[in-house]
Amino acid sequence: MVRFLAWRSLRAFLTIFLVVTFAFLVLRLSGDPAQIIMGADAPPEAVEAFRSAWGLDRSVWEQYLGYVGSIFTGDLGRSMRDGRPAAALVAERIPATLALTIPALMLKLGLGIPAGIYAALHRNSVIDRLVMLVAVAGFTIPSFVLGLLLVLVFAVQLGWLPSGGQESWRHAILPVVTLGIGGAAVLARFTRSAMLEVLGQPYIRTASAKGVPWRRVVSGHAAPNAAIPTVTIIGFMLGSLIAGAVVVESVFSWPGVGRLMVVAVANRDLAVVQCVLLLVSFTMVVANFLVDLAYGLIDPRLRTGAQGGH
Amino acid sequence: MNLVEISGLSVSFGAAPALRGIDIAVKPGEALGMVGESGCGKSVTWLAALGLLPGKARVSGSVTLNGEEILHAEQRKLDRLRGGRVAMIFQDPSSSLNPVHRIGRQVSEALTLHRGLTGNAARAEAKRLFELVGIPDAQRRLDAYPHELSGGQNQRVMIAMALAGRPELLIADEPTTALDVTIQAQILDLLNELRREMGMALVLISHDLGVISETCERVAVMYAGRIVEEAPVQSLFAAPAHPYTRGLMAALPPIDGPRQKLNAIPGSVPEPGNLPPGCAFAPRCGLARAACSAGVPSDVMLGAGHRAACVVAQDAMVPA
Repeated sequence: MVRFLAWRSLRAFLTIFLVVTFAFLVLRLSGDPAQIIMGADAPPEAVEAFRSAWGLDRSVWEQYLGYVGSIFTGDLGRSMRDGRPAAALVAERIPATLALTIPALMLKLGLGIPAGIYAALHRNSVIDRLVMLVAVAGFTIPSFVLGLLLVLVFAVQLGWLPSGGQESWRHAILPVVTLGIGGAAVLARFTRSAMLEVLGQPYIRTASAKGVPWRRVVSGHAAPNAAIPTVTIIGFMLGSLIAGAVVVESVFSWPGVGRLMVVAVANRDLAVVQCVLLLVSFTMVVANFLVDLAYGLIDPRLRTGAQGGH
Repeated sequence: MNLVEISGLSVSFGAAPALRGIDIAVKPGEALGMVGESGCGKSVTWLAALGLLPGKARVSGSVTLNGEEILHAEQRKLDRLRGGRVAMIFQDPSSSLNPVHRIGRQVSEALTLHRGLTGNAARAEAKRLFELVGIPDAQRRLDAYPHELSGGQNQRVMIAMALAGRPELLIADEPTTALDVTIQAQILDLLNELRREMGMALVLISHDLGVISETCERVAVMYAGRIVEEAPVQSLFAAPAHPYTRGLMAALPPIDGPRQKLNAIPGSVPEPGNLPPGCAFAPRCGLARAACSAGVPSDVMLGAGHRAACVVAQDAMVPA
């Protein structure tokens, strides 16, 4: 187990390191923040002064080594727009994003898994076909289209809900639904196919043959096995708790991490973008790790493999 | 009275008939063998009898257990008798056990369902059953998962699980097919021993006449969804009446004598949706004549408990 954890931590560290490096280089090579922040008609001396103040006049390698060094001291740099620490800027946006993504995750799980199980148990019934139709629609429609569609119906036409902003919980409804429906659709399809696969296994027939009532067969024998592939998808969803709402936050003018990143990218506010990407890769890595732990908990066949050090 | 009586049992999946009127009975404590090629319906017969076929299967006829109709019985009644009065074990023990549950728990579940045992009582009884079926180190094995055991050990777990409800009938569906030859013999011996000790009836489903002859008192030979011959083991081997049965026996390698080519039955089993008229075996039968295709041959009694559904066997009766 110790070797497993050590190996996983090393891999997680490497992943984050690669993301950070890649983000750093791409950002430096794809545009000059001084020009964008100071404006196109700023005097050259002012632009030069800005560059030397932020260290942009040094070589990319010097900047990179300085950046990596400061990460280890906990300093993630400052925003070039208002001079505040990037970490603080990002941190104050996290609650707003989680206020959308956590309820959306609940919606995905609460809607997608039961729908998938029901569809699998009533394969080819009218409801199964309906669930699959909604599911296909749910994950083929891009979230900005779905978001605008919901705004059109519930904000513009019916006037029931606000179309954007963050003043009250009612403002969260449309963005949460927009986020949740697509994920619920994906989860419903995955759960359905996982259940169908498992229900055809010999051990399900064994359970029935020893007199286990059907409901218990489904909940006690089929569901734990079907959970194994489904957990992968749930892991992806956990990983996108921070970064999964970029589009939806923009559509609904929701002041979360995603909006912050869009603005920071447009402004070449390097430290902020890098800080967001660091946070995103960290969440992804943690989610992946949780998925691996969940695999081991659910599937004893993998547990022995993991303990062997794999 | 017969323990189980199946009459006129028919099963079809969509347009394809899988069983076309099965009549067979099992007496208390007896061992009945069901033999035939894969797809002939020997497993489907018993899955249908216990209501274990998928929903799309259409099942008709009658199955009684101690005189009580169980075909299309309500689910709760079926749940009580499945694993309780009638238990079943399957071909591939390793995939027939749930991979995510410990084997002790899987046996305990049956003990809880049928004998009301829980907790330590169930665990103690599961351990006793493990010892009964010859699982070494039973106490420790209770906490093992199926993937940690060999196929033979898993089949013993399946048998222990089947015995949990003290069944009157154990249906063993190709219980040794997926196992090594040496393990096959052990499992068959175990089944024989348990049957004698516990006085339960056994239905042994196999494509292997050799396996059946060692274990069973009576044999039913199936072909394309019908029983074509039924007889006590001795009379079947002494005087096989149906050409298909004779073909099966000719295909068995002889133990002694010079090495010779085995006599395979020519042709292959007809598709369920495309059965020939009359006797389904006629196209492969060396003795076939016009009458064979005219209609499905009816059973002919050839001796005590020996019947065959064959026109040729009927003719053979006339002089006698």
